[in-house]
Order: sequence, then C-alpha cells, then structure tokens
Amino acid sequence: MTAVPAAPPEAAVVPGAAEGEGRLRTQPARRRWARAAVVTALAALTVVFIYPLVWLLSASFKPRGEVFDNRLIPATPTLENYVTVWQEAPLALWLVNTLVVTALAAGTVTLSSALVAWGFAYFRFRGRGALFTLVLATMMLPGAVTLIPTFLIWNALGLVGTNVPLWAGNLFGSAFYIFLLRQFFLGLPREPFEAAKLDGANNWAMFWRIAVPLCRPAIVLTFLFEAQASWTDLMRPLVYLQDSSTYTIPRGLKALIDQFGPGGESQWEIVVTASVITTVPMIVLFFLGQRHFVQGISTTGSKG
Amino acid sequence: MTSAAAAPAAAPAPPSRRPGASVSARRERNAALRFISPWIVGFLVFTAWPILYSAYLSLTDYDVLTDPTFVGTDNYERMATDPKVRLALWNTLQYTIIQVPLYVVVALALALLLNQAGRSAGFFRTAFFIPKMTPPVAVGVLLLLLFNGQYGLVNEVLGVFGIDGPSWTTDAAWIKPGLALISLWSVGSSVIILLAALRDVPTELYDAARVDGAGWWRRTRTVTLPMISGALFFVTVVNTIAAFQMFTEAYSAYFGAGNSTYSNDAALFYVIYLFREGFEQLHMGYASALAWLLFVVIMLVTAVQLLVSRRLVYYEGEQR
Repeated sequence: MTAVPAAPPEAAVVPGAAEGEGRLRTQPARRRWARAAVVTALAALTVVFIYPLVWLLSASFKPRGEVFDNRLIPATPTLENYVTVWQEAPLALWLVNTLVVTALAAGTVTLSSALVAWGFAYFRFRGRGALFTLVLATMMLPGAVTLIPTFLIWNALGLVGTNVPLWAGNLFGSAFYIFLLRQFFLGLPREPFEAAKLDGANNWAMFWRIAVPLCRPAIVLTFLFEAQASWTDLMRPLVYLQDSSTYTIPRGLKALIDQFGPGGESQWEIVVTASVITTVPMIVLFFLGQRHFVQGISTTGSKG
Repeated sequence: MTSAAAAPAAAPAPPSRRPGASVSARRERNAALRFISPWIVGFLVFTAWPILYSAYLSLTDYDVLTDPTFVGTDNYERMATDPKVRLALWNTLQYTIIQVPLYVVVALALALLLNQAGRSAGFFRTAFFIPKMTPPVAVGVLLLLLFNGQYGLVNEVLGVFGIDGPSWTTDAAWIKPGLALISLWSVGSSVIILLAALRDVPTELYDAARVDGAGWWRRTRTVTLPMISGALFFVTVVNTIAAFQMFTEAYSAYFGAGNSTYSNDAALFYVIYLFREGFEQLHMGYASALAWLLFVVIMLVTAVQLLVSRRLVYYEGEQR
C-alpha cells in the first residue's frame, strides 16, 4: 500500500504565487509515478482475486493425481472429469431445476417488489411512513427466527420436497428490493403521471406503462440480484429438497462434496469439475449485467 | 394528512380541506394498499406469524411428527448448560472478531487504492467483484483445496517466502482464520460501496487540506475517513450481522449432509448448530429457542454499534 505517495513534498510548497509554478514543474512526473505504482499494485491484486477461479478451471481438466499439483496449465489435460461427473450425477437435471427456480424466484420477486415499492413511492396516505418503517425493520430480522415456522407452513401445505418453497415466498415482495426500487421510483418526475391521469389512465396503466419502463435499470438490477441469490443459495435447498432428482446445483454440489470430498472417496477432480459447472453460469450472468451490478451496489451503500 | 410532510420534494401540495378531499384521500389510500397488499399478506404469513409461532415453539418439545408439548422454559434452561451452545457461540464470536475488522480494513484499503487509479479503476473494480459471484458452496470447495495444509496453493506461496503454513482446514486453531481469509475473496461488493462513497467526497475539501499542508495520510485521516464514515459504518454493520450468521461456506466444507457424518467442532458456528438441531435432529422447539437467542445477540451487537457510531459517524448536514 506504499504505492500511494505518503505526504508528497508538494506539501512543502508555500501557498501563494510560487505554488502554481512548483506544481507545474514537479507534479506531473511525480503523479505519473504514483499512478504507475498504484496500477501495478492493483494488477498484482487482480491476479490474487482472479487466480482461484483460474486454478479451479484448470484443475477441472487435470486427471485425479494432478488436481493438487497447482500448475497453471494441466500437465496431461483431459476432458474425462466432465464425462465422469455427467455420469456420476444428474447434472443436466440439477441445472434445469436451478434454472427453473432461479427464473421463478427472480421473476416473482421483481414483479411483487416493484408493485409494493410503487405503492409506497407514488401514493400518499396516512400511516405510510410507519408502514414503510415496518418494511425496513423486517430486514433486521435474522432468517433463523422465521426458518422453522416457515418450514412448518410449507410442510402443512404438503409442498416440502418440491421446489415451491424455494421461490413462492417471493410472490410477496422482499424488503431489500422494495427499498431499492422505491428509491428509484422516488427519483421519477411527477409530470408524466399527472399528464397520464388527465388522459384517463388508471393506476395500473401508470405503473405498468410509465413507471416500470422509466425504471428499467432498477428492475433489471433486482432481477439480477435475486437470480444470483437464488442460484447460489444452499440453506433452503438443504431444508426443503429431499430427493436428489429435485436438487438445485449448489445442493447437488454439496452432495458430491459429501460423496467424493473430505468425508468420502477423495475424488476431488469430480468435486472440482462440479464446482466449475456451478460457478460458470454466475460468471456469465455477471458479464451480461456487469453495469447493473456495479451501479446497483454503489447505490445500496449510499442509501444505507 | 400528516404523512404528506414526508412526501418527496417533487410532490405537489397536499389535498386541501375542501369537501371532496377526504373521498379522494381515501381513494388514494385504497389504491396504495392494492399495490402494497402482496407485502402485507407476505408480512402476516411469513414474518408476523412465524415470529409468534417461533416464540411459542421455543416453549415446547416438537419433532414435527407429533404435536408440540408445552415444556415452559425447559429449552432455555437446557441452552444455558448445553456445552455445544457455548462452543457455537464462542466459535461465532471468535470468527466475527477476526473476520469483520480484517474485511473492513481490506475493503477500505482496496477502495482507497482504486480511488487513486484514475481511468483504470473501472477495470480493477470489475476484477475485484467477479469472485463475489462464486456460489458459497464452491467457495467452501476452494477453501478445502487452496488452504489444504499439505498441498494447498496458499501454503505453497507462503513457502516461497520461507513461511511454513499451518494446516488451515484441519487444525482447530486455524479453521476460523482460514474462513476469514477466504471471505476476503468476496470483498468486492463492499469495495464498490466504499469507492462510491469516496467519489462523493467534495474535492474542495482535499484542496483545502492541501493548502493547509496536509499530506496523504493526514488528508485520509481528517477528510476521507470522516466523510465516508457513513458507508464504513454500513459495511461494518451488514458484515457483522452476516458473520454472526455464517453458514454455507463452513457447512459445505466441514459438515456432512445426508448419510455422510463428518463434522468439525472448530467450525460449529451458531447457525450450523441451529440448523442441525432443527432439521437433522428434528428438535424444532429447541432450535426455535436457539433462534431467539441469536436474535437477541444480533440486536444487542447492532445496538452497541449504533451507539458507538453516534460518536464516530459523520452525516452531511448534521449539526454537531
């Protein structure tokens, strides 16, 4: 971290007429060096951040004995692990299950949260502030408190063992996304809505035809965030899924860890390859929505 | 109409006290409630009722198969003497104490560095964020592989510097540091939040500090840190709550699901113990009591952080 120049001697330059002159002569060169040092440090750190993924990908092309050899390029590259893992586990089925759950979870939460957020953003009514505070308060509640009763609800409905509990709760909106979307809706100008109202548009049309299109980035962001959360979730699949044919891919990966990993047969190449298959769709998702992810997270913090 | 005061600045004047006003106000409220109704239903069914029912269950013995039997405060008394509860709490506390400061300091350092990087910052910001996309189960796999004491890449790199790395994944003393270190891999989202805050700091403040002869470190300490203290606080609180609920990475790496029954006491975090009690042992009453203790602990810790933040966090426009 010494890359950033500690107390550059420019501080010694006397403020006043001499300052501009001193800056002109000495600063550009010093600045350039500092910038180069910062970029070098960041490049080194980038290697640290990206290398584990490269390592994982590389290991998935190594035969069993070489998984731990830590070579960048496999000594004897092979596709065999992908064939084996496909035979050992119903990966295609798991991927389809995950895709279905992810699409349903992200789709429902986006729609429901947008509706609720619009209700809080556009209309004014007595008690709105208090009700919205309640929405925010639910974010503070640890998931562990509601975990068991929620399980009992799905159990009573006979839906444990199906994928319904993994997404149906999203039909009712989620506090974090309601909060996020409301921020965006509040930023909209009111004129288009007043104009539409005069033209006789009803509330639903104003939401669907004006508010949603104007807030498309936030809608996409909500979908992407929830898609990631849903795809990578392990806790709920552990709680609700019993038969291996219903597993999502993280739940399946956990089963493979148990079978081939530390407690099992030590066939790490299978675990590694399944990890790659679990991770790659998320990397693809990131590159599809890169801009949204970065901007969305920036907003999250500043509104906190 | 008191709530109109809280309406967005762009809002036109609140409905006046003309005779039709109450009708239109009621109509507006009903329209709003129609939009909000999914959340209201969800809140009642999936939050309010579960909270009440969980409180009731915590006073019962319940294994799902037979009806709950009321046992009073037995579960809470048992918790007080259960050595596993003490172990799980202590593990979780240790992990939080190691992980949170490390994570926040690293996030801040990376954000400060990115803030000096000029146009290339966007590229590096993306690079730092990508690991965050990795599913936590796969992070658990990477932990077992990269931090393997004998063959792992981490110890191989340490070896280059002449350091004999520990058995991160088997030595009880190193399990939590190992988990804390790999959590740094997912620091990217917090870096983005802090970087956004850094970019909001008015440059006039830096110019003023420069004129006063403040060097980089003094500018950081007296301008940057106070100005981004809100974002720093946010990252700290969110991360503390997450650390207290550590589950997936540790469970994936150190606990067997289904028929395999490996486990590791040093990685028995509180939520893992709760999960195993509730869903593997079917001690649903006891697990509900455990959940309430976690709730109280998290609330206390957050309250303490809020109190401390009153003295340390600066919000713009605030009178001191």
